[in-house]
Amino acid sequence: MSKKKSKKTTKRFDGRKPDELRPLKIESGVLPHADGSAYIEMGRNKILVGVFGPREMHPKRFSKPNMATLRCRYHMAPFSVDPRRSPAPSRRDNEISMVMRYALEPAVFLERYPRSVIDVYAEILEADGGTRTACINAASVALVDAGIPVRDLVASCAAGKIDGQLVLDLGDYEDKEGDADVPLAYMPKTEHVTLLQMDGILSQDDFNGCIDMAIEGCKQIYEVQREALKKKYGLDEGEAN
Amino acid sequence: MSAKFENRDLVVPGDVLFEGRIRTGDNTFRSNGHVSASRIGLVNYNQGMVSVISLEAGFNPLSGDLVIGEVIDIDLGRWIVDIGSSENAFLNVQDAIDAPFRSDIVMPEILDVGETIIAKIVDLDRRRTPILSILGPSLGKVKEGFIFRITPSKIPRLIGKKGSMVNMILKATGCNVVIGQNGWILIQGRNRENEMIVVKVIEKIEREAHISGLTTRVQEYLKELKEEIK
Amino acid sequence: MSRNVGIASRLKRNKITEVVASGKRMDGRDLLDYREIQIKTGVLEKVEGSAEAYLGKTRVLVGVKFGKGYPFDDTPDKGVLMTNAEFTPIAHPTFEPGPPDERSIELARVVDRGLRSAEILDMKKLCLVPGKSVYMVHVDIYVLSYDGNLIDCSALAAIAALKTAKMPVYTVKDENVKLTKKTKAVKILREPLAVSIVKIGDSLLVDPSADEEEVMDARITITLDEKGNVCTIQKVGSVGFTRDELKTAVQIAAEKVEELRKNV
Repeated sequence: MSKKKSKKTTKRFDGRKPDELRPLKIESGVLPHADGSAYIEMGRNKILVGVFGPREMHPKRFSKPNMATLRCRYHMAPFSVDPRRSPAPSRRDNEISMVMRYALEPAVFLERYPRSVIDVYAEILEADGGTRTACINAASVALVDAGIPVRDLVASCAAGKIDGQLVLDLGDYEDKEGDADVPLAYMPKTEHVTLLQMDGILSQDDFNGCIDMAIEGCKQIYEVQREALKKKYGLDEGEAN
Repeated sequence: MSAKFENRDLVVPGDVLFEGRIRTGDNTFRSNGHVSASRIGLVNYNQGMVSVISLEAGFNPLSGDLVIGEVIDIDLGRWIVDIGSSENAFLNVQDAIDAPFRSDIVMPEILDVGETIIAKIVDLDRRRTPILSILGPSLGKVKEGFIFRITPSKIPRLIGKKGSMVNMILKATGCNVVIGQNGWILIQGRNRENEMIVVKVIEKIEREAHISGLTTRVQEYLKELKEEIK
Repeated sequence: MSRNVGIASRLKRNKITEVVASGKRMDGRDLLDYREIQIKTGVLEKVEGSAEAYLGKTRVLVGVKFGKGYPFDDTPDKGVLMTNAEFTPIAHPTFEPGPPDERSIELARVVDRGLRSAEILDMKKLCLVPGKSVYMVHVDIYVLSYDGNLIDCSALAAIAALKTAKMPVYTVKDENVKLTKKTKAVKILREPLAVSIVKIGDSLLVDPSADEEEVMDARITITLDEKGNVCTIQKVGSVGFTRDELKTAVQIAAEKVEELRKNV
């Protein structure tokens, strides 16, 4: 990897500025049979999330007596990547399902629904790097669409480093070729970071830079999430103060 | 001390509705000295209280609610009933036949799995499981008609002020409509055409519950649909 | 909201049976009406062919992937076509995540048999080096929303995806197979499409909704190619068909399949 520091203004391979998000589109209420749902296109990621519940937990012994259980499932369609993958869940899928749960749980008033379960199912139809962050963005919208009470929306994106430059919202290529990748999720109103992972190598300064950059990215994503939720009702009023 | 929105503004969870002290109503919560929304909906400031009229919400069972449900299982001395809530409800034999359970009672003969009932929530037990009763006028087993389901949070609009909306539908179509607070609606009509009108109108109310002037629009829509079948 | 799958509401069963007996349907359709059909092709970028089909509120996404692999021992000179189906848990509250159950396996197999029996692809042309290297064609059916009649919807999407697919071109030199940057259209020899007919009481109807499938007595799925040849049949349900009903069903399928064909 190049160690030159002179690349500060270089455009990225897809023409973006270092702190620019990929094109982002979110739509809520897209699945007729889910209690809540959302579709997201983040770069070339295409993901559908459906939320079911709160509903009865089966088998009952897995339920928690004092709160609802949030169950997340991250699943990739066989055609979502090249080459084709097996539809059986991998170890990676299981881990991402877990961190998704931890990213979303702080936002949800789980204590309102003891013993029940809220299922969050993410289906990745096409993957382009940063799928976990895109899943969290859509899942947060889908939870609200399902009428599940939450403290805040959860917005998520990654920052990282490639060719000596800190960049926001890495695509598949940057993810694989870069020095580091820091996916992060953030609740803008409570200012809490609820997902944080990192791969690669970063100096402490660069790591702090990534955190700042990713949080700024989350704030932009948050606005798109709000608009997606409101758009379903065709109302323009009630803009944020 | 100030309101952050206008009445009936659309808010999303996390939006700060009020800074300072105020009573918190439905779908709001207090943290760090301000009150925020916990569901998407229309904000309502009223007499020292702030609440959100939610656009999306599941069924929150309360004692006294009229519900429609389906028997999904039979235990010793009680039926387990799906009412679309986060937990299944119980109907004890006592609350179905007004007599205590005896071992010679053949429960499926009274109510079988797959049957539909109109019931009242008479209590929530210690675990907040809804306890039903079918004793009382217009409660009991449903023998005809069909169930149509909508988001429970839209039920108040379907009923209207003092039942004005639903009465308008009944009058226009001649169908019998029983509305469960849980979003399950029983429709019984004399002919298919009128039943279809009821379904279409309910769908419209569900879609447009948050837009003012609903009654007038529904009135016109009913007229339009009735002309179509003529 | 969880319930035992398989026990249909008695009220629902009675109402649907009554309405169907009068020659009508709950959603206002006639017995032999399909719901609105919509097909979009080229919806995915990482596959060679893709299509999304909507049948009312039923929605199926199909991805067709071409690759290179080993032939089966008994057909060393033929390519391999594999059809897989998945019911995603977002499609319906009763669908649970996990390994394929009998319903998704049936869906994959009925669509697969339709494609195979009709010999939709010339499998010998999909051989690169006999016994060593052939084209692998994966047809992945992904159910995104379930409101009945998945087989018809999936067959439509599969044919639409295959017809619009661009397959990679390999060069073969002394048994060395090399991927080129070229692609070519896939040659489709037949177009088998499925028509599912459901029996409720004494009536036969097409394109069943989820509610109709829940209360149906039996179903027969008939796949026909563009010449009207019957390619595959699948009967399910715990009630039998009479001989006359079967003949009527084939007739209905032959008429309806022409209507479906206009969409691909």
